[in-house]
Amino acid sequence: MKRLLVLGAGTAGTMVVNKLRPLLAESEWTITIVDQDDVHLYQPGLLLIPFGTYSPDEVVKQRRRQLRAGVDLVLGEIDVVLPDESTVKLLDGRELAYDYLVVATGTTPRPDQTPGMMGAEWRRSVFDFYTLEGASALADKLAAWEGGRLVVHITEMPIKCPVAPLEFAFLADSHFAARGMRDRVEITYVTPLDGAFTKPVAASRLGGMLEKRSISLEPDFYIERVDNEAKTLVSYDEREIPFDLLVTVPLNMGADFIARSGMGNELNYVPVDKGTFLSTRWDNVFAIGDAADLPTSKAGSVAHFAVEIFTENFLQLIKGEAMSHDFDGHANCFVESGGGKAMLIDFNYDTEPLPGKYPLAHIGPMSLLEESTINHWGKLGFKWVYWHALLPGRKLPVPTLMSMAGKQPDQKSETETFEKEMMR
Amino acid sequence: MSLATIADREVHVDDEGFMTEYEEWSEDLGAVLARNIGIEMTDAHWKAIRFLRDDYRSQGETPTLRRVTTVGAIPTKELFELFPKKPAKKMAYIAGLPKPAGCV
Repeated sequence: MKRLLVLGAGTAGTMVVNKLRPLLAESEWTITIVDQDDVHLYQPGLLLIPFGTYSPDEVVKQRRRQLRAGVDLVLGEIDVVLPDESTVKLLDGRELAYDYLVVATGTTPRPDQTPGMMGAEWRRSVFDFYTLEGASALADKLAAWEGGRLVVHITEMPIKCPVAPLEFAFLADSHFAARGMRDRVEITYVTPLDGAFTKPVAASRLGGMLEKRSISLEPDFYIERVDNEAKTLVSYDEREIPFDLLVTVPLNMGADFIARSGMGNELNYVPVDKGTFLSTRWDNVFAIGDAADLPTSKAGSVAHFAVEIFTENFLQLIKGEAMSHDFDGHANCFVESGGGKAMLIDFNYDTEPLPGKYPLAHIGPMSLLEESTINHWGKLGFKWVYWHALLPGRKLPVPTLMSMAGKQPDQKSETETFEKEMMR
Repeated sequence: MSLATIADREVHVDDEGFMTEYEEWSEDLGAVLARNIGIEMTDAHWKAIRFLRDDYRSQGETPTLRRVTTVGAIPTKELFELFPKKPAKKMAYIAGLPKPAGCV
């Protein structure tokens, strides 16, 4: 018997086992997936919990129920991977040997990594929303909040779902307006990036959307600590930003066992080949989804496209053939913009998000880089798609590799030289 | 990509003026690039720039600020003093390396 072992039963890991199970004969292959608990969280739903759109129980299901028959779920905490021995040890002493390993343990917010973030104000006036506990606590806080300075903050890139903090700011604007208290709330968006987003066209459009909503932007802010007494964010270059309510995205890191196993970079992400996700060091180890060090968004859409590529490649690999499919870094993300609208962005390693139509060129029905109601319904409808089509491993009617059809590359922005920018 | 003349030498640069050919760089050029963005190089500056150059050669990508601090052992605070406001981008520019990957 050959053994495929997958670590992490989240979006990427669940898709991997569900796609491969029908393709690998049960008489030849065992498929085992490990997770520390049996709670599968619909992570895109977390953003909508603070505003009361979803309740916490609407975004969780049992992990085992998302897995196809013939997949073994092992619940337990991972102690260490011994890649040279092709074995994984769990904290309770169990050992799992494998022929092939897929690391899909994602990335986790780590507020403990920034001095003061988990101080006296944690979950009193300092909140995160990337955990069920954080999002739920923030929902209670927002419901009772009477206004003041709201600071939406990103600690350091990369973070999972990099558009989520922007969406949070847009939704907060719309939420306070609907409650008739927008004039009592000052919103500031604080980011280590030099603009609202990374890529020029999207950064300028999203930046314009912040401005239109009177949300001020504080770029190039690299946090050193949270001062709980003064209620300020303090940067390494000694800038201070006061807050009454801080909604922060803490530093994101891969799982600690990756560091213990000597398999990760300084943020515990596993270095892999950008096209195939094969470890750069071990030829029977892959890392898929947020756990990998790919230079693209950490997002479910990337995990989805990556799993499509991985499945094809894996079947070739076990037949002794060369892996012929190459991932392009394709990501697409809905960006909730408030007031029942959303925009959509679609991009990859080389092509920045551009305006246009998606998934059908010129037809859509969704618009890229433009707010529309239909995009918003797309985002809400995606929850059903996630549980009923994506996780079970059904093929979705969207291309795996990014397509330029329907995109408008001529909208490329003018670039200024760095020298000019610095001397301005 | 285009050609630019820096310190009387023709080198390849991208749209923003970041050098694109690792081998075309030298420390003399680095000093000129630094002056272009208002920085006078000292030993402390060079320590950081040399780490970037070495790390790029072994890793194939421009190190992040976190990596310069954790692996290169230069405190983040010091990097902000040496290369004010935008240390990651400034260091890459002076070191003749690609801009740190815009983490999307």
